[in-house]
Amino acid sequence: MSFRKRVPVALAAGLAGVLALSACTAGSLGTSSSSGGPASAAANVTITLLTDNSDQTAKPAQAMIDAFNATNAGVTVKLETRAQGTDGDNVVKTKLATGDMADVFQYNSGSLFQALDPAKNIVPLTDEALMGNVQDAFKSSVTAGGQVYGVPFGQAMGGGILYNKKVFADLGLQVPKTWAEFMANNAKIKAAGIDPVIQTYGETWTSQLFVLADFHNVTAAQPDWAEKYTANQAKYVDEPAIKGFQRLEEVKKAGYLNKDFASAKLTQGLQKLVKGTGAQYPMLTFAVSAYTGMSDDAAANIGFFAQPGDDAASYGLTAWSPGALYIPTTTTGDKLAAAKKFLAWVATPEACDAQSKAITPTGPYMIKGATLPDGLPTAVTDLKAFIDDGNNSPALEFLSPIKGPNLEKITVEVGSGITSAADGAKRYDEDVKKQAQQLGLEGW
Amino acid sequence: MSSPTSSRDGTPVVLRRAPRASAEHVDRTYPLWFHIPGGVIYLVLFIVPTVFSFYFAFTRWTLFKATFIGFDNFVLFFNEPGLIGSLRNTLVYGFLTSGLKVVLGMLLAVVLSAPIIARGYLRSVTFFPVLVSAVGVGLTFQVLLDPFNGVVNKAITAVTGGDGPGWLTDPNIALLSVVGIDVWKGIGLATLIYIAGIAAIPNEYFEAARVDGASSWQVFRNIILPLSFPATSTVIILSLIGGLRSFDLIWTTTQGGPGFASDVVASVIYKQYQAGFYGLSTAGNVILFVVVTAIIYPLSRWLNSKETAL
Repeated sequence: MSFRKRVPVALAAGLAGVLALSACTAGSLGTSSSSGGPASAAANVTITLLTDNSDQTAKPAQAMIDAFNATNAGVTVKLETRAQGTDGDNVVKTKLATGDMADVFQYNSGSLFQALDPAKNIVPLTDEALMGNVQDAFKSSVTAGGQVYGVPFGQAMGGGILYNKKVFADLGLQVPKTWAEFMANNAKIKAAGIDPVIQTYGETWTSQLFVLADFHNVTAAQPDWAEKYTANQAKYVDEPAIKGFQRLEEVKKAGYLNKDFASAKLTQGLQKLVKGTGAQYPMLTFAVSAYTGMSDDAAANIGFFAQPGDDAASYGLTAWSPGALYIPTTTTGDKLAAAKKFLAWVATPEACDAQSKAITPTGPYMIKGATLPDGLPTAVTDLKAFIDDGNNSPALEFLSPIKGPNLEKITVEVGSGITSAADGAKRYDEDVKKQAQQLGLEGW
Repeated sequence: MSSPTSSRDGTPVVLRRAPRASAEHVDRTYPLWFHIPGGVIYLVLFIVPTVFSFYFAFTRWTLFKATFIGFDNFVLFFNEPGLIGSLRNTLVYGFLTSGLKVVLGMLLAVVLSAPIIARGYLRSVTFFPVLVSAVGVGLTFQVLLDPFNGVVNKAITAVTGGDGPGWLTDPNIALLSVVGIDVWKGIGLATLIYIAGIAAIPNEYFEAARVDGASSWQVFRNIILPLSFPATSTVIILSLIGGLRSFDLIWTTTQGGPGFASDVVASVIYKQYQAGFYGLSTAGNVILFVVVTAIIYPLSRWLNSKETAL
């Protein structure tokens, strides 16, 4: 008897829950669009921004949102975060495919952006006034099919080598301009009992730097390499691109790596660099914000130089564009207008200042008129010099939509001496083929 | 059918309708609507996704659109050195873990079936690793087996003075290290099954053997080993299926690395999925399904036939 009674009660409770849930969504929508009439112009529209959950992204995003909400009546932005890395890529793709994306989302520019099928999933911003504030150098990395889709968020990065200035000064070394000078320095550093090159394959992505940051040297030798690569006409097994793999192999063969290269992680690598037990660490400059707190002199003592190539005359930096904010096509009506208003504000120097207050900038902004605060870490001023001189090329991922997913595993193999540079490069060419076919490119 | 001994679940209803055909008898026992909820759940959550996945295995699928490409995904899967190497690793991993669990589980069970001190406690200790999640075990061992800061190699250095091996970072032994961890984690279950199997052997055999003056080895060889065969076949099947599908432990310890040295089919499938090659990763799942079935089905038939012959 009591059982028979309980079933309808449970059902009713469940139904009530469902009703409450649906009422909730209907209510939050209602505040913005269904109230109607002249009052709706003044009504507050709430939009959500989805970013990855790293400190480097979420902290400045929150600071920017706070500044925006304080000065812009009528629109309120809320922050939502997601996983980073390849898991995050899948979150973004799944949300876009199911129409469940936040009103504005942050994502990489370059090849990862191209894989999102922008023409179908993202609102183009080409004709918006806000694009006038965005530096032209950035636009190509968020352009697909002639349309521009994103507003830069964060700062440009450099790929190259972080080095301990004190170790260099003690041993009387100069910043190398060619690979030969770099290797000569390494020999002297090793003789002094310090690990010349730090590698940290405990976090596999860190192993890619020698290959990726060598790209300026590739374009210097063959300016149309990226174009041919996309068209399946240039390969990593051939000169000049194979040099990156060979350099990775060379430092390992010469015994220049730290003893625990196979298991160490990024933080341990940075600690070695700051302590001076390791002299040089191939890295992206976003890591600067991770080491400045490790010791009092870390910010001043760690410098940065671009990865040297064969020719001192063409020495220059491989640069990474920052990620961007995009509006998915699922954002419509009042929310779309609010999202555009928010992005227009993101493309102003004030928004950049808000970001700088939240976290130490690790490179220049891609917004016209934006400035960097004083007292930056040495590595950032070193990086800025390359960008101000125009002495740099964009990384391959901003020139070609193809990036093979297994590069980090292959560079671990080459960098640990498991396979040769030639075999690794060959394997990477195979890996890239899958990506090109997946994207449906011509000629593959 | 109508004999009273065979109708174990016999209710008066069944007995009254016993002369009817057996299919009808099942239908009449439970009305159709009784089957529908279970059937619908099975159809929606199992059959439909399975059929879809077989279709998507033949497409290049970006989540936004799927292009039919025939057998290209399968060709790609078998042409790539990384993928074919992972198939070999899967077999090595499956058979090694299964074999070690059978041998060590049997030995432990024999010891823990004997009247020894603190038997209950020792049985619990053997079983504890089974209760911990594979992810927790993987992360713990990653710390313990760190080549320079891990407890294991620090102990080795303290004793021998030299550096210990890079358990999870040396490409030659990484897979074997994970096999070792898997055996450590799974041995408790195998032991438990064997203890039950040994306990099920009638005491008369042991008494008769003792009267005939059989040694401990002879008891083990001629009584325990053959009569616990049902336990052996259960352990083999369970551990082999587990080993061939294994993913969590490998992913949390080595992520298939260094490079591709400890990649198994399941980790390769996951990496293809991460990379956004949804079609290729589905094709990998189909291959894994076929491989596991092709090994387990005949093996299980063979073990069953041996068991009934016993």
